[in-house]
Amino acid sequence: MADNTNTNPQLTGAEILWATLVGEGITTVFGYPGGAILPAYDALRKFPIHHVLVRHEQGAAHMADGYARASGKVGVCIATSGPGATNLVTGIATAMLDSIPIVCITGQVSSKVLGTDAFQEIDITGITLPITKHNYLVTRAEDIAPTLRQAFQVATTGRPGPVLVDITKDAQQATAPFDFAAAAPTEHRPHPMLRADSSAMQDAIELIKNAKRPVILAGHGIIESGARAQVIDFAERRQIPVASTLLGLGAFPTYHPLSLGMMGMHGEAWVNNAIQQSDLLLAFGMRFDDRVTGNLAKYAPNAKKIHIEIDPAEINKNVKVDVALIGDLRKVLDTLLPLMPKNSDASWIKEVDAMKGNASVRDIINLPDNGHLYAAHVIHDIWAEALAANRLLQTIIVTDVGQHQMWEAQYYKHDALRSLITSGGLGTMGFALPAAIGAKAACPEKDVWVIAGDGGFQMTAAELSTIQQEKMAINIAVINNGFLGMVRQWQEAFYDKNYAESPILSPNFVALAAAHGIAGAHVSKRKDVTAAVTQSRTSGKPFLIDFQVEKEDGVYPMIAPGSGLHEMVRRPAANPLLETAEDV
Amino acid sequence: MLHTFVALVQDKPGVLTRVASLFRRLNINIVSLTVGESERADTSRMTIVCEAPDTAAHRIRASLYKLEITVDVDEVGRSEGVIRELCLIKVAAGPSEPNGLHSRSQIFELAQVFRARVVDLAPESIMLEMTGSSSKIEGLIQVLRESNYTILEVSRTGRMAMRRGKHTSRVLKALGTPNGNGPTNFTPPDFSTDEIIPNEFPDVHEEE
Ligand SMILES: Cc1ncc(C[n+]2csc(CCOP(=O)(O)OP(=O)(O)O)c2C)c(N)n1
Repeated sequence: MADNTNTNPQLTGAEILWATLVGEGITTVFGYPGGAILPAYDALRKFPIHHVLVRHEQGAAHMADGYARASGKVGVCIATSGPGATNLVTGIATAMLDSIPIVCITGQVSSKVLGTDAFQEIDITGITLPITKHNYLVTRAEDIAPTLRQAFQVATTGRPGPVLVDITKDAQQATAPFDFAAAAPTEHRPHPMLRADSSAMQDAIELIKNAKRPVILAGHGIIESGARAQVIDFAERRQIPVASTLLGLGAFPTYHPLSLGMMGMHGEAWVNNAIQQSDLLLAFGMRFDDRVTGNLAKYAPNAKKIHIEIDPAEINKNVKVDVALIGDLRKVLDTLLPLMPKNSDASWIKEVDAMKGNASVRDIINLPDNGHLYAAHVIHDIWAEALAANRLLQTIIVTDVGQHQMWEAQYYKHDALRSLITSGGLGTMGFALPAAIGAKAACPEKDVWVIAGDGGFQMTAAELSTIQQEKMAINIAVINNGFLGMVRQWQEAFYDKNYAESPILSPNFVALAAAHGIAGAHVSKRKDVTAAVTQSRTSGKPFLIDFQVEKEDGVYPMIAPGSGLHEMVRRPAANPLLETAEDV
Repeated sequence: MLHTFVALVQDKPGVLTRVASLFRRLNINIVSLTVGESERADTSRMTIVCEAPDTAAHRIRASLYKLEITVDVDEVGRSEGVIRELCLIKVAAGPSEPNGLHSRSQIFELAQVFRARVVDLAPESIMLEMTGSSSKIEGLIQVLRESNYTILEVSRTGRMAMRRGKHTSRVLKALGTPNGNGPTNFTPPDFSTDEIIPNEFPDVHEEE
């Protein structure tokens, strides 16, 4: 589009908007039209951009988010002013708390009437100020291209995050010369970085060399910085076991002998115990969220801590660290690795392995069929089916929020990067279905599974219609337990089983899918799980399976609020059949 | 304890909201905030004084730098910088005041001692202007009150801070050139571990 002569084409602001997105490499956007964004929609067809029409703008933001998480590229969503813009809010906040690069474009009333409470005027830059990395109000056509390009830069550099660009209707309608190259953002202010000669580097090396019981805490930052190879190299060279955060799952392959699995509130006992007994924690691109530390006063009391993190504001926020290495994880590890001597002492690894005890023997998924279907069965069998079909590296699981999400994290073995998409920081119910649409749009060749609870699925079930309109072969597993399961589990544990408003009535999900022209099946026996999963995966069309599982099952281990990481609540002993973790 | 931050920020609409919103979110009370032009075009300089635990300093500074509109941030301790405030004080000084006709001359004397200036004289009042450390200003106000004068109005700007010495400012260094404009070999601010230890400075009244 760029023209090197001084006769750059005069385009409308609306055309500039799309042309800039095309220039940024965007091929798909998720959105919903309305008055203040209509000039943009009017120009849409002239550009090679596929627009996915959502059923609720929250879905558009989650789709952009799912697109970004699946592809590593920026996801883009678009909405009109007022209610269109406010509907985006939950989706933007979800992306903010998980550091996901999305660009949200909203229409705004004309600049002439800004601030007059005009029809569908809302101060969306004000509303989203604390839930965006940055946002902009654009009132002139000539500012659209530079602002959008800057938005892409802000979304992707440093610690990624959502950026909102609010564009007035008159800016979309006015004309301006368009020059994509000239609209490139000026050099970005520098991100805080570790100086190569920093004494912190030396301190870190000393701590690592002297550690006898180190544990790597693998976070989402590994995925964002592309440091998987470096982390594997590091762990192998020093023989350090690797525990993952929820968003770090997939960053370090599960099949690796040094992989421990997920840590934290619902982490397996040996993972949390290894952390509590460790003498050095290496936090790689993670932020010591309260869900992974438990009671801070009791957290890894004998461990020194090294924090490698791109965002200086995370240093010493929750956990006081001994050494902070600030910068892009991959670059820091690249500097650190050549200075790390090899270590072949496997005694700590053996000790950690021994902590696993007979957990796997007693695990529900390995016990004989008792006629009941457990969520753990379903998740394990979805994983096993993909493994058997040699599709594991081509499968993306998108979860909703609740018990099923934690079981997913425990029972699905994530080997591939970006193979798990889940709302960690905000814990947004209703995330799974729209985020899966975004993931499928980014990776049409992959098998995409939605795993959602009966509660969360109903929050955004309207997007079934989007799936059908887009003809997307998405697999949907509803883990149907008749309860807002995670709420029920908390009521069972902490509120004397007072199940206030946690039982939930659901429609016949298969019939609901059918109403959208989507095929489906009910499954209530373990023996039927795999066949249904295969049928769905190979149908080449969207497919919904309603898994009717054990109603009052619980996720264990579990750390009660205020407890230390090692003070895990185990499955009640009365029913040993249901033990899902180490039985010490 | 009191922290004094100097932030260079873009001169654009909404910038103040972004900075203020950050403190609101951290639930930290801003004691004073001054904004004005700096030596650099399109860049405003803010001095933000806030009451926060000493361990919060690093986080505030890093969070300020995280705002896209921030060019650089510095924390200035009392010993490292000059911290000043401007104050206007209107004192009742008519014939009916307790010190009657002597009011005015007494106020003139006090002003002289405190190096304040008389900037307005009206039949019933006097306006004083004073620049100095906060403690100096508080001192003058206190003396006026203790001498039974009625203070009608006080307007204080809040503190402004600047590091002492030539080029000692981390802010200036970050801008790259002595005069602060022009192309820079921009050094990113150093958030390395030694800076995690907050700048400790006692919250005591500073001498002139
Ligand atoms: C939007 C939103 N509202 C409320 C919650 C609180 N919450 C967390 S888990 C949960 C229950 C989820 O129930 P369901 O979707 O059936 O999944 P399950 O736990 O049974 O697997 C609720 C209500 C939330 N995370 N998000």
